[in-house]
Amino acid sequence: MNTPLLEMRNITKEFPGVKALDNVSFQVAQGEIHCLVGENGAGKSTLMKVLSGVYPHGTYSGDILFGGEVQTFNNISDSEKAGIAIIYQELALVPELTVYENIFIGHEIRNGFMVDWNETIKRATEVLKKVKLDVNPAAKIKDLGVGKQQLVEIAKALSKDVKLLILDEPTAALNEVDSENLLDLLRDLKNHGVTCILISHKLKEVIEIADTITVLRDGKTICTLDARNGQVTEQILVKNMVGREIDNIYPKRERQQAGEVVLEVRDWNAYDPKAGRAILKDVNFNLRKGEIVGFSGLIGSGRTELALSIFGNPDSYHLSGDLFVKGQPRKFSHPRDAIDAGVAYSTEDRKGDGLILIQDVKQNITLANLVEIATRGVVDNNAEVRVANEYKGSLNIKTPSVEQKVSNLSGGNQQKVCLGKWLFVKPDILILDEPTRGIDVGAKYEIYTIMTRLVEQGMSIIMISSELPEILGMSDRVYVVASGKIAGELPVEEATQEKIMHLATN
Amino acid sequence: MSFFNNAKNVLQQNIREYGMYIALFVIMIIFTITTSGTFLSSRNIVNLVNQTGYIAVLAVGMTLVIIIRHIDLSVGFLAGFMGAIAAIALVYWGLPVYAVIPMVLALGAFAGLITAFLVAQMKIPSFVASLAGWLIYRGAILVVTEGTGTIIIPDEAFNAIGNGFIPDIPGLDAFLPGVHKLTLVLGVLAIAALVWGELSNRQKKQSYGFEVLPIDMFIVKLVFMSVLIGAITWVLAGYQGLSWTAVVVLIVTLIYNFVMSQTVLGRHIYAIGGNPDAAELSGINVNRLIYVVFGSMGMLSALSGILFASRLQSATTTAGNLFELDAIAATYVGGVSAAGGVGKVVGSIIGALVMTSLTSGMNLMGIGISYQYMVRGTVLAAAVIFDVTTRNRGK
Repeated sequence: MNTPLLEMRNITKEFPGVKALDNVSFQVAQGEIHCLVGENGAGKSTLMKVLSGVYPHGTYSGDILFGGEVQTFNNISDSEKAGIAIIYQELALVPELTVYENIFIGHEIRNGFMVDWNETIKRATEVLKKVKLDVNPAAKIKDLGVGKQQLVEIAKALSKDVKLLILDEPTAALNEVDSENLLDLLRDLKNHGVTCILISHKLKEVIEIADTITVLRDGKTICTLDARNGQVTEQILVKNMVGREIDNIYPKRERQQAGEVVLEVRDWNAYDPKAGRAILKDVNFNLRKGEIVGFSGLIGSGRTELALSIFGNPDSYHLSGDLFVKGQPRKFSHPRDAIDAGVAYSTEDRKGDGLILIQDVKQNITLANLVEIATRGVVDNNAEVRVANEYKGSLNIKTPSVEQKVSNLSGGNQQKVCLGKWLFVKPDILILDEPTRGIDVGAKYEIYTIMTRLVEQGMSIIMISSELPEILGMSDRVYVVASGKIAGELPVEEATQEKIMHLATN
Repeated sequence: MSFFNNAKNVLQQNIREYGMYIALFVIMIIFTITTSGTFLSSRNIVNLVNQTGYIAVLAVGMTLVIIIRHIDLSVGFLAGFMGAIAAIALVYWGLPVYAVIPMVLALGAFAGLITAFLVAQMKIPSFVASLAGWLIYRGAILVVTEGTGTIIIPDEAFNAIGNGFIPDIPGLDAFLPGVHKLTLVLGVLAIAALVWGELSNRQKKQSYGFEVLPIDMFIVKLVFMSVLIGAITWVLAGYQGLSWTAVVVLIVTLIYNFVMSQTVLGRHIYAIGGNPDAAELSGINVNRLIYVVFGSMGMLSALSGILFASRLQSATTTAGNLFELDAIAATYVGGVSAAGGVGKVVGSIIGALVMTSLTSGMNLMGIGISYQYMVRGTVLAAAVIFDVTTRNRGK
């Protein structure tokens, strides 16, 4: 038996509070297309970052063998020298530069001190031929479509004599035709001896192209399947991806008769002028009083964009369709309008656009509703402390005082501060985007309990989550979002992880 | 022993906040020694305050601009241009002072709104937008003074703003002759207000169980600040009392300090600086506040122009040259973070005092202008290095 091209042995990688990779072993044979699948957060990207040296040697435990030799990569350029190239979902091209400049960026062909542009263009043309991309090498990247940009990335990798090509969700942003072309190219490269690791959520294409499939779940290798004989089906993959028992950490709740519709969206379309594409297509859904509605779907499916488009549209999408809040037709032009109408949105990225990390707990809690504790524009500092302490108590925020900076709090407590901020605006409709991402089980349970209490008091909650057990454990109804569309609506009694995953990956 | 331990702890924890006060103190002592006391003479201190005035008001406005992560380079020549407009209105149009000042302030605010429009609506980086303003206002000064060159302002009321002093309480000439009684009274009132404010603040914090300074440190702080205010008051009162420039700067500082620390508006400004995306998603209209901040900056530029023209009793063709850089330097020395979201108006005033003290002290020592620039540059770099390193340690 041949030595595998790549062998990763017993890789364990920990982040504060989370074990992202737990004793993962992974082998890639020479000349195969190896697909890596798993839910959001299963550890696929972390594993690839360990491999490529983004997480340098020493920050993880375990061994990496490449070409039979133990490797200790300290950064990306080490792994590139060894012949590993990664192409991320967000392309790393410079839009204002030409195709040939991008292909040789960082390893320019020199002639003495100067760049040899003629040789560069000649070699660029050759490598573009290899990826079957028919563009003028002097065209600017920004003038190419995403599909062609993807091919330029591959050309860039090939120009470096790559032995192992890793593609992270290459087809996520591509249409059918471009996806098909890309897969054809991968087959072609395989025939020319390039080994390839493909990370993808689209199980159909995985089964179509893979020689071997490895499933990761919760930072562990679940299984490695031989896909060449055509016996692997989507059902088998989905089962392995989600096959986790639902922990009994969801508080019991009286499922009441659903009340009147408090939020309704009809024929909702959104176009993102910055990305230059439609991100929501004919979305219809509703939310009733006292209900928790789960929005499931893969990362990039448009769940967050849907929430933002409703919540005052801060990213200035072009919208069409109708939005009804408590029966009234509404058009929000700023998050303020949405807040005033009783809608609150707690972001998925609490550090990025949720909290003001350099400010303290009380300032963060009162931020969205300072008017409430101010008279004629002057903030009542006593009232602020009182309010902050109220939420500190009712949400059980663990902090020595409300004057503590939120950057010093743990993730779970930061999340509670976010919740406190939005509860203080006294909304009727609360949109929670990934409310338990990156927090420990204890804090998760507390947040579930708070959510339960809120809906029992008559609030309505939209919960966007990538965690299927959470969706199934907390929701009354589930919408599955895929590619900017509602792929399906399921009452929670009928919903299973398999059904949801099936809808989300098609 | 515990006293010194307390002192050490308090200094370590608050080194960022107290650093610039200590710096100012050290600089003043050094110059007092090197100039055999001339630096601390009443006359020099009054001059120092009046020289700081037109930079200090700019630094106040710049504090807000830098807090929301922007910059305004146009303020210097805008100030010069507004000073020229004031002179023309007084001299050629024959308008009275009480009409000219509000008019010029309004014009300045309008100019600031234009910058804000470019930044908020057109999404032009504020560096570029205000650099365009820098060029345009520089040209504008030359245009309006083309025919006349320097415009001499004969209006006494206007010139008093930059050169005059507040009147004394009448009928008390016999009591403490040679001392400005109203200045003394104001000084005593300021100390009383300080002590009362600090005490009630401390009580409030204690009632919530928040950490407060140990009592001995609290007393040291109060005594230190009281002595500082008292000393300044005594020095000023020994000359001609409080100057009108000082009054203007004090009022501007008090208003802005109040707005920034006590109002919804101020809190929203800090929030934008801390995290603009989070602020926007919390319902704060970021664009609207860009207008407010740049508008206020424009108005304070006009005020700076008035102070400067009044001080020179004329509008010159080079008025406003390098004011913007002095103001920006003052804010950084005063502890405003270039990363946004952090900084106090009072800090910037201290920063402005540090920078003018350096100029004034070195002038008294007879150090050439070339070396003065180098020293001020070094101090600026040192201040920001200090700021960055203490911030990192805080994490």
